[in-house]
Amino acid sequence: MAALTISRRELTQRTAFSLLVLATAIVTVPVLFIIIYIVVNGAGALSWEFLTQAPSQAGKAGGIFPAIVGTFYLMLGTIIFSLPVGVLAGIYLTEYARANWLTRLINMAILNLAGVPSIVYGLFGLGLFVLAMKFGMSLLAASLTLACQALAMTITTSREAVIAVPREYREGSLAIGTTKWQTIRHVILPQALPGVITGAILAMSRAAGETAPILVVGAAFILPGLPTSPFDQFMALPYHLYTAAAHVPGMSKVTIWGIALVLLVVVLSFNSLAVFIRIRVRQRRFGS
Amino acid sequence: MAIASAGLSKSLRRRWRFSEKLIESFILLNGLLAIIVLLGVLFLLLREGLPAFAYTSPWQFFFGTRWYPVSEPPTFGILSFFMATLWVTLIATAIAVPLGVGCAAYLAEVAPASVRETVKPIVELLAGIPSIVMGLIGLLLLSPLVQGLFNLNTGLCGLTAAIMLAMMSLPIIVTVSEDALRAVPKEFREASYALGATQWETVWHVCLPGALSGIAAAIMLGVGRAIGETMTVLMVAGGALAVPYAPTQPMMPMTAAIASGIGNAVRGGPQYQALFAIALLLFLMTFAVNLVADRVLERQKRKFAR
Amino acid sequence: MNMNHALLNNRAAHNNETKLKTEQVSLFYGTFQALRNISLDIREKAITAIIGPSGCGKSSFLRLFNRMNDLIIGARVDGRVVIDDTNIYDRDIDVVELRKRVGMVFQKPNPFPMSVLENVAFGPRRHGKKNRHELEGIVERSLRQAALWDEVKDKLGQSALALSGGQQQRLCIARVLAVEPEVILMDEPCSALDPIATLRIEDLMRSLSSDYTIVIVTHNMQQAARVSDMAAFLMMEKDRAGILVEYGPTSQIFTNPQDKRTEDYITGRFG
Ligand SMILES: Nc1ncnc2c1ncn2[C@@H]1O[C@H](COP(=O)(O)OP(=O)(O)OP(=O)(O)O)[C@@H](O)[C@H]1O
Ligand SMILES: [Mg+2]
Repeated sequence: MAALTISRRELTQRTAFSLLVLATAIVTVPVLFIIIYIVVNGAGALSWEFLTQAPSQAGKAGGIFPAIVGTFYLMLGTIIFSLPVGVLAGIYLTEYARANWLTRLINMAILNLAGVPSIVYGLFGLGLFVLAMKFGMSLLAASLTLACQALAMTITTSREAVIAVPREYREGSLAIGTTKWQTIRHVILPQALPGVITGAILAMSRAAGETAPILVVGAAFILPGLPTSPFDQFMALPYHLYTAAAHVPGMSKVTIWGIALVLLVVVLSFNSLAVFIRIRVRQRRFGS
Repeated sequence: MAIASAGLSKSLRRRWRFSEKLIESFILLNGLLAIIVLLGVLFLLLREGLPAFAYTSPWQFFFGTRWYPVSEPPTFGILSFFMATLWVTLIATAIAVPLGVGCAAYLAEVAPASVRETVKPIVELLAGIPSIVMGLIGLLLLSPLVQGLFNLNTGLCGLTAAIMLAMMSLPIIVTVSEDALRAVPKEFREASYALGATQWETVWHVCLPGALSGIAAAIMLGVGRAIGETMTVLMVAGGALAVPYAPTQPMMPMTAAIASGIGNAVRGGPQYQALFAIALLLFLMTFAVNLVADRVLERQKRKFAR
Repeated sequence: MNMNHALLNNRAAHNNETKLKTEQVSLFYGTFQALRNISLDIREKAITAIIGPSGCGKSSFLRLFNRMNDLIIGARVDGRVVIDDTNIYDRDIDVVELRKRVGMVFQKPNPFPMSVLENVAFGPRRHGKKNRHELEGIVERSLRQAALWDEVKDKLGQSALALSGGQQQRLCIARVLAVEPEVILMDEPCSALDPIATLRIEDLMRSLSSDYTIVIVTHNMQQAARVSDMAAFLMMEKDRAGILVEYGPTSQIFTNPQDKRTEDYITGRFG
């Protein structure tokens, strides 16, 4: 009898664990499938011409060079507008803020900024940067919009990086009569830099893949040339992919998967770079 | 000596460090920026969205089923969009929660380190795939599958969108649930084993209940993600304007309605304002979900804090 | 007692000026009182040791003199702390300027993750010295003063974190010396070091005491006896607030304490 009970419990456990393994497999296998599928189907489109030429015949021929360039401009613009601000906000929260209602309010705001849907950021950018500030449908307006969206991330990652700097360094610096800002500038920031950069790269990677905001703020499907000023319209990979897939009849599948592959490579290589830096920093901090 | 001390005491008086003060105020300003942006978003949505109610009563807006932006006079009823969002979010959550929590439980409690080291990067990878790419997968690969499986007229429907959304909310559900499970103190598990419980009984009766509020927060964050996701539902959900009665119907969630309408809307016109009103609703919904999730998460953290 | 009386007694007072003093100082962390009504005169160019049981407020007391407690939210000071003629808790005191004059060395060596040279040059640089030649001069002088020059003169460009613990602590002392303070506070500067490194730091303290006013917190009775000219014994009252029990020349505190509680502590720890 006793033996029977135990084996039933054992059976329950085995069944349960198999289900957990099954869940894990259902979570992970499709991811690998997606990646492999895109690589396999998109690789055929890749060529020197595809990567370096402008599109022609409504994107059915030619390449995606302007979209690649536009995406890099967007990543750059996003980080230019969101990183300094994010770092300073992170510094404020760790070095200056007291534990009071204002700080709680700021933290709540950051949390909610991270949760605002991207399309809502798009409308915000349209209303504020495109229309009210009259930047028009431009690289500048889109960068600012994406920067607002990236803000939550740059603030949080900078804050974590600054918090991780040991207190001893702050005390050592302050104790020889440096000002608070000197301590931050010359001791804390250099130490926090790898963490800050990791966050920045992640934010850039995210910006590269965003579609909804730039759809609203005005990316173009086809443009004759590259943008020459921040006030120019621009092409971007995700928007180009969207239009090619959803709005151009008769678009070849190979081209579509090719664009997806390029976008994926840009986004995932930035992600891996961030992970790489994070691991390196951890090794350096705990290794020696 | 006296002279020296006098000199010293004089120089100890506070100096006006102008640049330091300037920098400090500037840093404070940046610290406030999160609040400024959030309020800015809210303000803009209110300013552009509220005038919509001059054309439509709130009742008509929320419960009207007809969205005729260009007829004279225009009608803006968003019930079908709202229902569509509800359908896809509910189904996505129903799919993602068992998978996500199961995966998290496996990673946190059962999996050997080597499996965990392989699975976690894959989950991170999933989090990194842009939503437009997921939309593409739904559009080109999943929808024919769903169409064939359920014998539908079109595979572009709520269900297909929901499956893609489920995938997209999995990373946050897995990560936050796993953290919550890990936060359950080791002593609880040991006590359970000491009473003769099996590993699974310990997971089921001790770890999962202990991490419940964290898992609840994870689910809410996943829901927030699903509500706000745009590109996938725009490409995959089918875009029909009628109120959806079944998940297998084509439908138009709120985010998709905004994205597909904003390009044609006359700036400052009635449709433009109505779209901003939808965005306002969306903003408030995700705001509420995130706020509650944060509260729950805080409680979870405090539970085991010693 | 296996103590060397000659060593204790040779601390002839060479200077009787008061450099620092506390007048009825109380320190609170929020509602908790960490120090109660402490009045103490600290002599210029001498070494004053603060001793007492763990948690009695020695570190807190030391950190009064460079207002390091300001960094702790909720910390409050009553009474006066005077350097020369100035109450450093006056409202118009410049804390940055104060900390230039009152340097501090911590329990755990905390060199910055920079080169040896940059560590020592850090303070002077922040205080506006930019000339490379001048900075190098300051670095060499400070390292020599800290008895570290010979050991590091060939690796000034290397990371300070590669030095041994004792070298790191002397580097931290050099870093303080480079800003030419008048007072040096040391909070258990040897507690993380081995005995040989400890002796080197003690030698260093003795040699610095002819130019600097030094206040040191230590748990090590032998160390207090070996290096200090004056000693103050702190202790906790029932509510855990620290009070000053006895203060006097080190030889007297260790050989002929006036207070029963000092004697108990000294003999319990020392005999
Ligand atoms: N930041 C703080 N906030 C609240 N209480 C504190 C803080 N720092 C110290 N205390 C309390 O003040 C009292 C004195 O602490 P302090 O560190 O000055 O003692 P100490 O004599 O240096 O101890 P030790 O010999 O262990 O270093 C202790 O009861 C301690 O708990
Ligand atoms: Mg101490």
